[in-house]
Amino acid sequence: MTMTRPPSTPDAHDFSKRPYDLVKEFVIALTVVSLLTVVLAAVFSSPDEPAITMSAWAQADPADVVATATGELAGTTTSATYGAPYNHNADGQSVLGIPLQKMGGVRIPVDSAELVLQPLTDQVGDAALTDALTQWQSATPSQRTAWATAYADALAVAPDGDPAQAPAGEYGPVPNLTAAFLDVARSGYLEGSLTSSGNFYGGDQTRSLLLLSDGAYLEDRAVAQQLGGDQWGMMNETGNYPGQPWMWLYTFWYQVRPFSTSENADAQVWALMMLLTLALMFLPLIPGVRDIPRWVPVHRLIWRDYYRTHPRA
Amino acid sequence: MPAGEALPDSQPSYVSSWIYVFGVLTLAALTVVLGSGIVLTLGGSDWWHASSVGHFVNSLHLWSVELFFMFMVIHLWGKFWMAAWRGRRTMTWVTGVVAFVASIGTAFTGYLSQSNFDSQWIGAEGKDGINAIGAGAFFNVLNPGQMLLWHVVLLPLVVGALTVIHILLVRRHGVVPPIDATEGD
Repeated sequence: MTMTRPPSTPDAHDFSKRPYDLVKEFVIALTVVSLLTVVLAAVFSSPDEPAITMSAWAQADPADVVATATGELAGTTTSATYGAPYNHNADGQSVLGIPLQKMGGVRIPVDSAELVLQPLTDQVGDAALTDALTQWQSATPSQRTAWATAYADALAVAPDGDPAQAPAGEYGPVPNLTAAFLDVARSGYLEGSLTSSGNFYGGDQTRSLLLLSDGAYLEDRAVAQQLGGDQWGMMNETGNYPGQPWMWLYTFWYQVRPFSTSENADAQVWALMMLLTLALMFLPLIPGVRDIPRWVPVHRLIWRDYYRTHPRA
Repeated sequence: MPAGEALPDSQPSYVSSWIYVFGVLTLAALTVVLGSGIVLTLGGSDWWHASSVGHFVNSLHLWSVELFFMFMVIHLWGKFWMAAWRGRRTMTWVTGVVAFVASIGTAFTGYLSQSNFDSQWIGAEGKDGINAIGAGAFFNVLNPGQMLLWHVVLLPLVVGALTVIHILLVRRHGVVPPIDATEGD
């Protein structure tokens, strides 16, 4: 069997020419796209669902706020057990045994318990809260964890997670701390406390977003709008808008095995997408794949005028 | 680049298909994206939440981005089926793909900069992917200040530079001839 090399591609400048005004083409294209954009914007507008405030969270789902605060103190929330770049509490995800997440380092240190304690420490004039904070700070780490864990377990069995209906137990100052935290959240003070961290111009929402996403409320709201991770959520947006359909392939992998059930899904999907992106970039150098356009005669349609006047032997 | 090929008044006779339109449509949409984005920057990051004019400009920005990606993907597929990397045009293809990827990053940071529910949720979801590969330490999707600057400065510079290089390469090598065309057809 002999392989025939495709003929080399001739120089485009050696072909016969026809008039073609590139400037005119661009002006027409710009006019058409501008008008189309205006029409689409006027007819469909754009989504802008307000951000969830901590106050709204506390009003809508106070039990979730208390449970989340308890989890932060117990060290059991997602952020508390995340690993890099927030803390050293887990190794994080890896690909082929390479701990990529850990290799990034802890460069945005977040102490999850401080997401609760710092806003409480800022409060003044509340003697009960001051006593609760003093009791917490003077306890050993194991005692703190025991209190918070026991209270988290109690909330889990309470009807609707209602702190008022939690069974009695040895919770130390945790019920007082979390109740005070709920009050702070209701007051609207929480975002400012977590975002500014002593800086008048607070522009980094990392801590407040970690706290919010440690709770169930944010995800519940998202899932209700078909934005969950298993609902192609990364490429959708609120309302009936196209979102980011160009991310369909990235989102697709999360919907299928083995990624949908893998603990390392994020790292694996990213690694796969990097590999596929490299393949797309260097597609002209990959034998077989680069020949597909020659084998599948879509080009006969694109250049049908040319092939009509230049029939191949 | 051959003399007169930067902005020629003629093209090879085989340049006769609607698929060629999608390259210039992509460029036109990018122009509208940049124009509407510049107007948004004039009002600041919160302007569009409180102003009907700002909201309309945001809508222009959103829909021009949607059109930009639609045209670019059609352009990409068209070039694939034309095997448009032939004849020393590999770098033209590579710069186009990298521009596509950089555009995805630019759009993603735009969604993170909206300061609304979408930003909260996309940030909360997106952080896990970025953190999983160790990049979250340097590219923090939960920091809208950082994301906004990437969105309006760094990534547009990358996309803009790649677009310029891509177009210069197209002009330098000319439009790829049909598959199996012979010299001087």
